[in-house]
Formats: sequence, structure tokens, C-alpha cells
Amino acid sequence: MASYDFPEVCQMAAPEPEAPTTAPSRAKDHSPWNWLLFIPIVVPLIPALFNGDSPRLFGFPRFYWLQLAWILLGVSTTTLVYQMTKKRGER
Amino acid sequence: MWRDHLTEIIVFSVLFLLVSAMGFVAARWRAPKDMAHLDEWGLGGRSFGGWITWFLIGGDLYTAYTFVAVPALMFGAGAAGFFAVPYTIVVYPLVFLVLIRLWSVSHRHGFVTPADFVRTRFDSPVLALLVAITGIVATMPYIALQLVGIEAVLKTMGVTGESTVARHLPIIIAFAILAAYTYQSGLRAPALIAFVKDTLIYIVILVAVIYLPYKLGGWGDIFSAADAKFKASPNPNDGILLNGNNQLQYVTLAFGSALALFLYPHSITGVLASRNRNVIKRNMSALPAYSLLLGLIALLGFMAIAAGVKPLPGNSAGSSDSNTIVPLLFDQQFPDWFAGVAYAAIGIGALVPAAIMSIAAANLFTRNIYKEYLKRDATPAQEANASKIASLVVKVGAVACIVFLDPQFSIDLQLIGGVIILQTLPAVALGLYTRWFHRVALIAGWAVGMGLGMWMLYQIPNATTKRAHFGGSAFPLEKFGFDGSKVTIYVGIVAVLANLLVAAIVTLILRTAKVAEGVDGTTPDDYFADEGDPRVVPGDRRDATAAPEPVA
Repeated sequence: MASYDFPEVCQMAAPEPEAPTTAPSRAKDHSPWNWLLFIPIVVPLIPALFNGDSPRLFGFPRFYWLQLAWILLGVSTTTLVYQMTKKRGER
Repeated sequence: MWRDHLTEIIVFSVLFLLVSAMGFVAARWRAPKDMAHLDEWGLGGRSFGGWITWFLIGGDLYTAYTFVAVPALMFGAGAAGFFAVPYTIVVYPLVFLVLIRLWSVSHRHGFVTPADFVRTRFDSPVLALLVAITGIVATMPYIALQLVGIEAVLKTMGVTGESTVARHLPIIIAFAILAAYTYQSGLRAPALIAFVKDTLIYIVILVAVIYLPYKLGGWGDIFSAADAKFKASPNPNDGILLNGNNQLQYVTLAFGSALALFLYPHSITGVLASRNRNVIKRNMSALPAYSLLLGLIALLGFMAIAAGVKPLPGNSAGSSDSNTIVPLLFDQQFPDWFAGVAYAAIGIGALVPAAIMSIAAANLFTRNIYKEYLKRDATPAQEANASKIASLVVKVGAVACIVFLDPQFSIDLQLIGGVIILQTLPAVALGLYTRWFHRVALIAGWAVGMGLGMWMLYQIPNATTKRAHFGGSAFPLEKFGFDGSKVTIYVGIVAVLANLLVAAIVTLILRTAKVAEGVDGTTPDDYFADEGDPRVVPGDRRDATAAPEPVA
């Protein structure tokens, strides 16, 4: 592996870092799947959903079991997005 | 006094010494060719794979203080203390979206700290210095708080003394050992110890949440006992559910804490140490296992209520130290040897984050103060050395905070720490997406956010501890002129919104006035770089051949 030399490191400011890139392996980072990640960010922050006592589950008021259940929501969403956006193949 | 707890003390000491030995051996674990480089000492060679990262970040974010303080909060206030659960759910998708870009750009440019990134992105040493100082100031009390966690355990085991020195001697010894192996092994030490810490914690908590409800009459009875306690208390804002006045505080605190958590230098250190982008992404789906653990730990607070635990007295007469309720619960409900294991889990649990935090703070000092202002031509070996020494200084400072100041002071500072670290959000987190903000505007926004945050925290009294200022982070909206409103909101969110508003307005003004914006040292591509992609190697930093990863 040779050392790399990037003389253009200090090029002019890019006005918008979100400009699409051409490399196929990188295009996946603009995947629309990423929008799904807003679900586990927003849902756990709506108290109207979980701030109640009934129904109880194994003696837990809804406030507690439902918020613990959001963990599953978070795990499944991030797993799905990871599977859909991960780089396949060998480097 | 301590003789009643002899078994616990022996189990605790044996496990503690075992991990200390591991800490020293860690220097040889995945040993690099050359340890005298900040990438090796301070970031473990940027080489950690999935499992190590999981234990490292998990051990880093869920600290001993969390394990002691969250149940204490549940014990005292009920539902409001459960904010830790949504907080640690929300943080992972945020990291997935934001910090992964920081990993890429840091990989390309060899950044070690968030301030390094800000320096290159906004071409502003001043802004970078502010980010670095904010990070160091916010991290120091966090380290001190880890000591509060150990102290709660020691107190329960009866290891206390009359004089200041006798009372703190065990902690001073523990931290001296910690400082020694962090100095020698760098980030490898907490990474290796985290395996033991988390295994112990998982065992202890799983046993506790299965056995204790069985012993205390089931979950239904535990919640009833908590409900009865809160109904009898005069405080209108406690209870096993939230009320209309503290819901806004609950969600803003959860969200604000999540934003603050990934801006803390120690979480960034954990993320930057991983090998590639996939390791981070995979971890963001696996780390919530710790949130489940945290939720169960929080409920230990209610179990303590059901078991009738009475907290030990605090430092001042008449006060009680609610941080002792979890150690007391274990002492009361479990055989001595198992309580000893639980105490060791908490004690070791304090060492992992304390080590990572001191490394993160030391890296900030080295990269953004030492190299920027004191010795511009520092070699990688000198950088690593400066960081090692800085990590010692940071730990001495943390011990001094606990020994010479009231522990309550550390808790206040930690509260302030969360609010001030949030003020780096526009430069660090939004900076990863856009360079729209002007560098001077970011400085102005930071100053306003800090000022407003401090002012709001100063205005908050605490009824329980009878203090007029810095009594909490829930700010009553009536002080903003909403008359008669009892609704409260998390200070950090308000401060960071003001910060963003000012930054936006000043940006527009400066742009109209055509004030120079500096040069962006990064390219759009940098934010997606992955393992194996070429590194930009400025000056004397080593080239890509020395990278520890297996590039073909």
C-alpha cells in the first residue's frame, strides 16, 4: 500500500456537503432507508402514548412496559436500516 | 462496623485487583508496533471490531453513577427518573445518522477529537478551542461523579472514617491504580476491563430482576408500594406516572440528554476507536441491550421502596444519601458474597468510563491546546506523552473535587456539564452536515447559549435540599412570563435553541457584510470514507501503511 498524497486537501469550501457522490459504495449513505431512523427518535418522545397505567402487563403499568418495548422498536429499525445500507462484498 | 461486611469486602477487593491486573496487561493486548502515537494510546489504534466496540461504548455510556443515581431518582421521584430509558433509545439512531459521518471524516484526516474536526471544517482555531474547553469542563465533573458511585458502595460496606483522609483513602488508592494503568495502556485498558465489568453487571442485574420480584411479592406489589409512597408524599411532581406539568420536562430532558451524550468527548472517543462504518452501524442496533438493562436497573429504585430500604445519612446532618439505596438493597436482600459481586460490578463500572473520559479530555488538551498553542511542531510521540500526563492531571483533579468539595458540587457541575456540552451541537453535529453557519456566528451562538443556560440553572431552586440555585435542570416556564404555569422544561434544550437562533441571525448579517468565512479543509466525499479508503496525511503524521487495519 503506497502512501497517498492529496494536494487538493485545502480546496475551496464546498457550498453543500450533501452533493451526491459518484462512487457506488458511497451512494448508499444517501439511502432513503435512513429516514426510518426518525421513528425511534420521535415515538419514544410522545408521552401521550405511554403515560398511563392500563393495560398492565405482568404487573407493569403501561408507562413502564411500553417504554421498555420501544427498545425493540429501536433495535428493529436500526437493524433494518443497517442491513439495507451496509456495504456488501469484500474490501 | 466494616467487620459485618467482611465477605463483601473480600469479594470486592479480589475482583477489583483482578481487573487492575488486566488493565496493566492490556498494553500488550493487540499490541501495536509503536505505542508512542496518539492514535494508539488515545484511540486503541482505531482498530476495534464489533464486540470490543460494543463492550467499550456500553461500558462508557452506562456508568457506575448511572447505575446508582437512576434508581435513586426513581426512589425519590418515581416516573420522572425513567427518562433514562427513552434517552438511551433515542441516542442510537442519532449516532447512526450523525457520528458515523464524524468517523469517516476523522478517518480521512486523522482527527482525534471533535475540536480537530471543527478546526479544519470551519478554519477557526478559536472555535476549536471553545469546543475543546467546553468538552474538558463538561467531562471533569463526570469523572468525579464516578467516584460518587464507588463511594456509595464503600459507605454501605462500612468503609468510612472520621477524618477526611481516612474516609477517602480507598478512593484515592483505587484512582491511583486506575491512573497508572491508563497511563501505561491507554484506551486498551478500559476496552479490556469493560468485558469483565459488563459481564458482572449483566449477571447481577438479571439475578436481581428475577429473584427480587419473587421475594417481594411480584411486580404488581412493587408498583403498588411505590404508588403508596408517592401518594403519601407532599411533593406534587412525584408518582408512578407523569402529570401534566412534568411531561414536557420528561421528553425534553430525554431528547436533550441524548443530544448531549453523543457530543461528550468520551462517547466520540469510543466511536472513533472502531474499525469501520459497519462496526458502528451494527453496534447501534446491538447497544440498546444496555438500555433494557438500564430500564431494569431503574426499577431497582421501586424494589428498594417495596423492600423498605432507608438510605444512609448524607454528609450534612439530617440529610440522607439516596445514592446508597441500591447497595443497601443488595446488602439487605442477597447473601454477602453476591452483594460483594454486585458492589464490584459498580466499582469496576466506575473505572471504565472514568478511564475513557480522562483519555478523551487528555486528547482534547493535547490536540487542541498543547499542539495548537504550546508546541506546534510536536511529534506524534510528544503528543502521546502530553496526553498521558494530561490524563493523570485530569484524574487528580477529579479526586480533588471529591475529597475537598461537597460531592453535591460535582452533581451540580455534572448538571451544568450536560447543558454546556449541548452548546457545541451547532458546530460539531450540524457542522457534519452543513457549513452554512459562519464561524464567527457559531462563536456568538455558543456564548449566548452558555450564558442563557447558566442563568436558567442559577434560577432553579431545589425544595428537597433547600438550595436557592442550581437545584435541578427543570426550568419553570412561569419565569419566562407564562403566568401561573407550573409546566417545566429542560434547560439544555432552551439554551441550544437560543444558540441556534443567534448563530443563524449572525450568519445572515456576516454574510451580507461579506466577512471572510475561511476555507473548508474537508470535501463532501470525506463524510462517507470507510476503512481502506486513503487517508489524507498532513505533515509528519504517519501514512496509510502504518494503519493497523488489513488493507489489501
